[in-house]
Amino acid sequence: MLNDIIKMIPIYVMGRKYEVPQGLTILKAMEFAGYRVKRGCGCRGGVCGACVTLYRRKGTYQLNFGLACQTVIEPDMYLMQLPFVPAHKAIYTIKNVRANDSDVTKLYPELMRCLQCNTCTKACPMELDVMGYVAAAMRGDLEKVVELSIECVMCGVCAVRCPAELSPFNIALLIRRIYGKHVIPPSPQLDQRLKEIRGGEFRKEMEELEKADEAEILERFNEFQATKGEAAIELGKEKE
Amino acid sequence: MAYSVEFQESLEKIEASRNGRLGQGFPSLNLADKASLLETYHPDFRMAEKREIRVGPNRGGVAPKELVDLLESPSLLIPEAVDLTKVDSRTDVLVIGSGGGGVTAALTAREHGAEVLLATKLRLGDSNTIMAEGGIAAATLPEDSPVIHYVDTIVGGRGKNIPELVEALVNDAPFVVEWLTSLGVNFDRLPDGAYYAHMPAGHSRRRSHSVKDLTGLEFMRVLCDEVRNREIDVLEFSPAVELLLDDGGQCAGAVLFNFDTEEYFPVEAKATILATGGMGRLHPQGFPTSNHYGATADGLVMAYRAGAKLLYIDFVQYHPTGVAWPEQMLGLLVSEAVRAQGAQVVNVDGDMFVDRLETRDALSAAIIRECGEGGKGVLTPTGMVGIWLDTPLIDVMGGEGTFLRRFAGIHSRFKKYGIDPIHEPILVYPTQHYQNGGIRVNVDGETDIPNLYAVGEAAGGVHGHNRLGANSLVDIFVFGRRAGIHAAEKIGRVKIGKLSLDHIRAYNESLVETQIFSEISSPMLLPDYRFEKTLSTVQYTKGR
Ligand SMILES: Cc1cc2nc3c(=O)[nH]c(=O)nc-3n(C[C@H](O)[C@H](O)[C@H](O)COP(=O)(O)OP(=O)(O)OC[C@H]3O[C@@H](n4cnc5c(N)ncnc54)[C@H](O)[C@@H]3O)c2cc1C
Ligand code: SF4
Ligand code: SF4
Ligand code: FES
Repeated sequence: MLNDIIKMIPIYVMGRKYEVPQGLTILKAMEFAGYRVKRGCGCRGGVCGACVTLYRRKGTYQLNFGLACQTVIEPDMYLMQLPFVPAHKAIYTIKNVRANDSDVTKLYPELMRCLQCNTCTKACPMELDVMGYVAAAMRGDLEKVVELSIECVMCGVCAVRCPAELSPFNIALLIRRIYGKHVIPPSPQLDQRLKEIRGGEFRKEMEELEKADEAEILERFNEFQATKGEAAIELGKEKE
Repeated sequence: MAYSVEFQESLEKIEASRNGRLGQGFPSLNLADKASLLETYHPDFRMAEKREIRVGPNRGGVAPKELVDLLESPSLLIPEAVDLTKVDSRTDVLVIGSGGGGVTAALTAREHGAEVLLATKLRLGDSNTIMAEGGIAAATLPEDSPVIHYVDTIVGGRGKNIPELVEALVNDAPFVVEWLTSLGVNFDRLPDGAYYAHMPAGHSRRRSHSVKDLTGLEFMRVLCDEVRNREIDVLEFSPAVELLLDDGGQCAGAVLFNFDTEEYFPVEAKATILATGGMGRLHPQGFPTSNHYGATADGLVMAYRAGAKLLYIDFVQYHPTGVAWPEQMLGLLVSEAVRAQGAQVVNVDGDMFVDRLETRDALSAAIIRECGEGGKGVLTPTGMVGIWLDTPLIDVMGGEGTFLRRFAGIHSRFKKYGIDPIHEPILVYPTQHYQNGGIRVNVDGETDIPNLYAVGEAAGGVHGHNRLGANSLVDIFVFGRRAGIHAAEKIGRVKIGKLSLDHIRAYNESLVETQIFSEISSPMLLPDYRFEKTLSTVQYTKGR
């Protein structure tokens, strides 16, 4: 399949030069070069954070971070994968952590040392406002932390770069868990349903269905389909 | 990148027809039409792509030929290479695989007092689960009930589901949502705390619970954090390569392989839980796949060699909307929720040809027909073909900002390649997505082999021949928890005898006796995309 149309460009993997077809992602370029990646590849779809790669473009002095499975190579790119970050993570029992900032700072006292230097934001391969969520965490604005950090792929780059030695992503994870568990009010509808199931409310109907033949099941299905309503309500609108 | 000139003519037609299509539906298929569509166009029904299995518990049955190649290969492990008289590592429960199923089984077994070792091929959490975008099905809303969920699941599974497994699934589902919430998962909620749910294709009620389009990522972040908080022993980059049996034929652990040091080492366990996921990276029938790097059917191969029967393994799910362009994203998934939210499925001329809410199998078949015989697919510069998913309709219908609010992840991924799905449609083609069948299990995840459990995508039966959207995420938690509890309660009664790998020797011999000479060995562990294989993706749809 290698034909004339495909243009080859040079890249440097840990200093060694390879010629690879242009347009590939860093991950595919490394594979084309002959690497069978063991560490440094997970989902191949930009959500797991396993493939973070440190790179420098020709003629620049900046070191950048990108997800290898998402970043397209450029000629004369210098690459090194960063498959593991030994970042600090506090150990806690989520049930006992409360929704106030003192519990967060007890677990992560270094949070208050943030210098507001924005290095983390500049390094984040997901382009998240990392400093923004760290600042929100310092203010105790948990909702804002959730909003700004929800796309975090836990790659650890922010922790590698932070001069104040924070692990921003682990702090955000703790806060998201606190928010999901302790701040969002419980759903009475769910409680009701759990009660019904515990009380065996559907048991009889289910037993009948298990004996039903295909035609009966289809009949029920058509009944349910006829009353199904809208596939989705619009979340934003509902909130207003 | 973005959309090059080749696409312009078709894009203009889509724009032109959009207003006329607004609010219009396409008649849904009646049962007879659906059946004939599937028979003719769905990859599952193309028998030429399947092969008979000539050895083992499923002898005489069929499976995708890529899987049969692995089942009919000798073991990667040379039994003599491990010394079973010196086993250093012992545990109550060995969990193999760290997607949602494995991590849940590990947490649950630990909670019920067992000592747990979690061994996984890649990093903790790297899995298909982390990639799930759409949501998790559970009948939590008042207008829904487990009974309706049951019926939908059975109809989706073409009536082949094992009834008691489905009953366990739908009854446990709301408890799973409660469990995940109690661990701190940030589900999409309404201000009063009610769950926001949507209705994927094939369901009759709104019941898919999401975390934006990052549902699996949020689950895995929380669950892996919990694994670390509970200080469960985790071995990363340590795939299992074969199961261990004892002289009484019970499962007694597994042989693991250290990717870094390339050593094999046995782990003895009173209960072993396989949660190794699916087979997407075998690229059945040459399709692209939405699956993660480690989805190579290892669990099926190991369990099969140890004597476990596989169920419905010839049924593979193709997700109708895998990315067909840009090339770098080939095969990745565009969540079903995009269609639920209003995006129509249209051909090169801007015409609808199928109801956007058909089930996955029917929609895949309709797209394959439209691109093949219909001749109405959109050709890409790399030789792929695809169909438009008209995403701009989402903001037109739901108001500006809807797409971004619901599909931030999809938006940012396409944006990298210069495509703006808020204003431009995206090009899709079916992609291998899910293994409908798997290792045969009962309601507690027990397989045919004593002390061996299988959960999640590696197990088969609950989804019949075809899984409904959002039903897999719930499956992995329901059966992960059941297997974890059952294993933890059983270990007190388990006595492991003398460890053995004789089943591997016997299996290898049976291959020779059947005159099968394979050039490969299995399990595969990782797909090989080196050198020009990197580029072969371009060819997947040739001749289709
Ligand atoms: C892109 C995508 C989107 C999806 N969206 C949805 C959705 O919205 N809703 C839904 O219900 N379902 C969805 N699914 C399906 C669902 O996510 C999966 O079927 C489910 O998560 C499988 O979970 P699991 O735990 O069984 O397997 P996985 O999550 O795949 O985990 C398997 C684990 O086993 C490990 N492993 C593999 N082989 C070995 C070995 N030899 N030794 C040790 N470890 C091994 C892997 O590395 C991995 O950690 C989606 C799937 C994909 C790919
Ligand atoms: S916030 Fe940190 S861990 Fe999360 S994606 Fe950005 S750099 Fe990676
Ligand atoms: S890099 Fe560290 S110190 Fe700088 S803004 Fe980010 S968290 Fe604060
Ligand atoms: S491999 Fe998962 S983010 Fe790149």
